[in-house]
Amino acid sequence: MSELSDLSRRNDVHVMKPEGTEALIRALIEDGYEVIGPKVIAQAMLYEPYEAGETPPAGWTDEQDGGRYRLIARDDGKLFDYVVGPQGFKRYLFPPREKLWSAKRTADGFAVGRDGAPAKAYAFFGARACEVAAIGIQDRVFDNGEFSDPTYNARRAKAFIVSVDCSRSASTCFCASMGTGPAPEAGYDIRLSEIFEDGHHMLLVRSGSEAGAAILEKLDLKKAKKADLEKADANSRRAAEMQTRVMPDDAREVLARNMKHSHWVEVGKRCLGCGSCTMVCPTCFCAAMEDVTGLDPDSAERWRQWDTCFSVNHSFIHGGAIRQEAWSRYRQWITHKLSFWHEQFGQSGCVGCGRCITWCPVAIDIVEETRTIRDSEKTEALHG
Amino acid sequence: MNVHPGTAKPVEDPMLPLTYEVVGIKKELPDTVTLDLRAPNGMPFEFEPGQFNMLYAFGVGEIPISISGDTSDPMQLVHTIRVVGKVSQAFAKLKEGDSIGVRGPYGVGWPVNNIKGSDVVIVGGGLGLAPLRPAIYSVLANRGQFGNVVILYGARTPNDLLFEEQLHEWRGRFDLHLDVIVDRAEAGWPGRVGVVTQLIDHAVFDPEETAALVCGPEIMMRYAVQALADRGVDTKNVYVSMERNMHCALGFCGHCQFGGTFVCRDGPVFAYDTISELFTTREA
Repeated sequence: MSELSDLSRRNDVHVMKPEGTEALIRALIEDGYEVIGPKVIAQAMLYEPYEAGETPPAGWTDEQDGGRYRLIARDDGKLFDYVVGPQGFKRYLFPPREKLWSAKRTADGFAVGRDGAPAKAYAFFGARACEVAAIGIQDRVFDNGEFSDPTYNARRAKAFIVSVDCSRSASTCFCASMGTGPAPEAGYDIRLSEIFEDGHHMLLVRSGSEAGAAILEKLDLKKAKKADLEKADANSRRAAEMQTRVMPDDAREVLARNMKHSHWVEVGKRCLGCGSCTMVCPTCFCAAMEDVTGLDPDSAERWRQWDTCFSVNHSFIHGGAIRQEAWSRYRQWITHKLSFWHEQFGQSGCVGCGRCITWCPVAIDIVEETRTIRDSEKTEALHG
Repeated sequence: MNVHPGTAKPVEDPMLPLTYEVVGIKKELPDTVTLDLRAPNGMPFEFEPGQFNMLYAFGVGEIPISISGDTSDPMQLVHTIRVVGKVSQAFAKLKEGDSIGVRGPYGVGWPVNNIKGSDVVIVGGGLGLAPLRPAIYSVLANRGQFGNVVILYGARTPNDLLFEEQLHEWRGRFDLHLDVIVDRAEAGWPGRVGVVTQLIDHAVFDPEETAALVCGPEIMMRYAVQALADRGVDTKNVYVSMERNMHCALGFCGHCQFGGTFVCRDGPVFAYDTISELFTTREA
């Protein structure tokens, strides 16, 4: 995102009617974006492609808890009163399965080259603050200063983000304690905040980049009043106050100094090793390379697909896997996410979206496990 | 901008292997082969002792293999490979003139240039001698810049001694001390039987002025570090080469994580002090 030439414009906050989303989505499609936004599919809120004329689903909320997700229909027409579903936008920038290259035998050996389609320009519509933060975290993973991932970065460079502030939290949300939400501070091209009270229903609209400002030019907007801004801020504050889960500030240090805590074995007794948490996590980046040949022995391909540190194979070296036990794999995941990520990338790998809690079939809770270790480390030191 | 470290040449895509030609094959042991590789267009291959490449067998797969050749001979890329899986098996079947995919070199190697002036104790176990060999070449090529040089090598049996001719050659030199030990031997083996750490106890070096380079199975490295520490070597001067699952060597795939490090980028060679906590944390 480049700096705005006209800063005053950038700072202007506008409002539009809720129906304005139709024109916004249409403008993005006309600009060549494939717009990806929330849709109700299989009783969940998924991020899927929009066609011109489509609008985000209205009148939905959700209930989430450890191992539980329910989408609930309402008749109030509110646009964004659910939080995050099982899938983030990760699957578009970093696809679950992707061909990296093809190789062909030649007269003097073989030749290797990329032959994938050119990168799509995605516009992510309705990205919550935790999603925006997660994309920022993956940006650092796939461009680590020494190497940059070609396909991820080609897609990322073209991506456009329409964010939405959360005005409500699920019981699994803890973005406030991770410092990532409920409203994004940066990282969006357009930011929407929904106001729905006293019979007023409107969307506050801000641009966060030149590309965002250019799209807003095409929309029917009015200048926002100070009271509208205050309402939007109050909504975010309320969402933050609703959050009952709070990640301890010292999670990084607590986990790093408790690698030998007996609680790991206890979590391991519950963990099924299914890897759901890593599949729904918007920042998990592990991927396995797979080399394949077809019926034609002179052609070969390399594919990359999401992997999980919960699989035994993840730690395989000749002779066997290093982490055979579920507890060892769970410890790897949570200590990486909350502690070692800081050493690797200078920030936490967790955005507080709560997906790993909701989608864990046995309701293992990243916040609760961290707290249990934290609260018992003194006793552990005495008796452990 | 990605730079292909081997050629210091910017490349668009760090995931694409370059095609090298097999120009020499040496069967070291029944299950171990050394391949001499030549770059396309005869490009030189610059690397540091202890670094590794990702080697690709057409259609089969790609694995990390340390470089076992001599840094002073950049026209020849040398890898010593033990057959342990389907990819290494494919490498063992290669013939002269065949092609192999190469990406690299990657990682942090042995700090040969930073330990000049010290006594050097090189401790290898089994195939662990292969990643140490470039460091040995480099130390011997600049022999006058180091104090005592000690090579301690342990193998399973006398038949498993890697680079046996070179062991004899090094053993014949007056400016280094080389000792070999095997886990078990039949009658007729005139040498020592035991574990490589036993050699550390009697080797001649000044512990206060010693840097140690250790490579072998993790359990062997653990005991070697202990034995060196018992002799009085400061563990900040002990270097170990770690091994973890590795799919990309670029820091993207996540498999080689070792605590807060990526073995592919922060290792494979680590100063022991920087990883001692992790090294002694049990995985299960």
